[in-house]
Amino acid sequence: MSDKTATAKAKKPVGRNEMSKFQWTLREMRVNKAAYIMIAPFFILFFIFTVLPVLLSLFFSFTLFNMLEAPEFVFMDNYIRLLLEDDIFLLSVKNTVFFAAITGPCSYLMSLMFAWFINELTPKIRAVITLIFYAPSIAGNVYLIWTILFTSDSHGLVNGWLMEMGVISTPIAFFQDPDYIMPLVIVVALWTSLGTSFLSFIAGFQTVDRSLYEAAAVDGVKNRWQELWFVTLPYMRPQMMFGAILAITGAFGFGGIITGLVGFPSPDYCAHTMMHHLADYGNTRFEMGYASAIATLLFIMMIGCNAAIRKMLSKVGQ
Amino acid sequence: MAKLRIRKSNHAMNRSLGGDIGINTMLVIFGAFMFLPMLYAIIQSLKPLDELWVFPPRFWVVNPTLKNYTDLFKLMGTSWVPFSRYIFNTAFTSILGTFGNVLLSSLAAYALAKIKFPGRAFFFNIVVYSLMFNATVTTITNFITMSLLGWVDTYYAVIVPAFASSMGLYLMKQFMETSVPDSCLESARLDGAGEFRILWSIAMPMVKPAWMTLIIFSFQGLWNAGASLYIHSEELKSFAYAIGQILTGGIKRAGAGAASTVVMMLVPIAVFVISQSNVIETMSTSGMKD
Repeated sequence: MSDKTATAKAKKPVGRNEMSKFQWTLREMRVNKAAYIMIAPFFILFFIFTVLPVLLSLFFSFTLFNMLEAPEFVFMDNYIRLLLEDDIFLLSVKNTVFFAAITGPCSYLMSLMFAWFINELTPKIRAVITLIFYAPSIAGNVYLIWTILFTSDSHGLVNGWLMEMGVISTPIAFFQDPDYIMPLVIVVALWTSLGTSFLSFIAGFQTVDRSLYEAAAVDGVKNRWQELWFVTLPYMRPQMMFGAILAITGAFGFGGIITGLVGFPSPDYCAHTMMHHLADYGNTRFEMGYASAIATLLFIMMIGCNAAIRKMLSKVGQ
Repeated sequence: MAKLRIRKSNHAMNRSLGGDIGINTMLVIFGAFMFLPMLYAIIQSLKPLDELWVFPPRFWVVNPTLKNYTDLFKLMGTSWVPFSRYIFNTAFTSILGTFGNVLLSSLAAYALAKIKFPGRAFFFNIVVYSLMFNATVTTITNFITMSLLGWVDTYYAVIVPAFASSMGLYLMKQFMETSVPDSCLESARLDGAGEFRILWSIAMPMVKPAWMTLIIFSFQGLWNAGASLYIHSEELKSFAYAIGQILTGGIKRAGAGAASTVVMMLVPIAVFVISQSNVIETMSTSGMKD
């Protein structure tokens, strides 16, 4: 507040106390006209393509809408149909939760752990290893190489090796067999998951003040684990918060990789996630109301997860 | 004695040999897990056709050849829409989208970070909230918006939404907040410079790592963008989409497909290698205060 008054005084010598709060706000808005002009282009587009869609899907989720006729209001029908009648949707919720519950925390911990390991290397080696770990997340469709490693006939590297070693006598159809699909898809998803949050952690470890470690050593911190928990992680809490958000959004967003690996629909719907269900109804069947209800539920799940995780992370180092 | 040891070196402090060995072993194992599939993708692209289908399968290539790459370019020549068109589409949308994103994000980020105006907390918070859900949630309704705007099947549908990427604004704002000192701005303001002038000639040169990072992230996103929901015409589709079509072409195209994957992955990796230090510097301010 005090610096606000100071800037205002520099611009126009009127004290804040002489005005009502409303007048003050109006005046501040006028003085800072340039700021609104600066944020306008970004935020107009941001509202149209990010905020509005969320509000609209909440609205459409209470309607029947096929994009040709006007939306017809049906209240909770879409939700009732989803939760009580649509078995495939319930399966997709189960898969999404299972998938996110494994990939989210694992990718988060992997990012954090490897950033920590890498931190102690010399800068040149660090740059190389950072590249090796980060590359799969930006390298386009290279994850499809896993379907070649795990090809279902004997020409696949893994099948070939297993047969040569005598573990199996006939090739396993890895990406067609529901028993193998989920674990394999999770491995591939994790393989591509060391992305932006990983870089954020690497940068975070480098910014920790070195003198803190010395002080901690004098205070009786005995090994690197204690150092990590009591010194480094509390210092990096902002990065961890940011990384957690990305891990959660990521964990719910692997639908594209799944489709790339096993096709759509997956055998017996064994890797059918909410994203697939959403795309099926939204892009193929044009049942926009129903798809909006799925989108709204997905949105609530993601925001809910984030709220829960933020609460948990505030306990780190205590 | 203990004190002496602490002073000796920063690294020796609180480090046990066992821990070092354990950590480095983990790095090697997981490094192999991350690296070998990438390496295998490259090796596959160098294998002649008979080695691609040899039994038992081999990891290494015996007679490396670039034939798959020449096949790929030949295949590109036979596509229904000339391949140069796909390349143009990706280049055009990547360049324009990236440029707009950097420009709009910088403008908004500067105002949010450095001008104290009513509502700045609100505007920043909704951007942070938007990081918490992913774009799948908005695709359906955006399709409706796009058709209302008449943008379905036009470049606009790809380029304009890329302008307002919340990640770009977020990173830029965080970086400006810490690396542009208020004192510089204050003295420029006293000299009578307008906010746009200050942004352009004082703040922007100071945040070079941040806009380099934005350029890279935005480019990576647009480069890897495959089939867009909003694009139907073959003439407007992206390079990533066209490359993907080659990959699904079956046994005869296995070699060219492998080559295409390598082409797709080398570009973003090369861009990252060049700019790694800038990206890491930007990420050091990416933290989120609660």
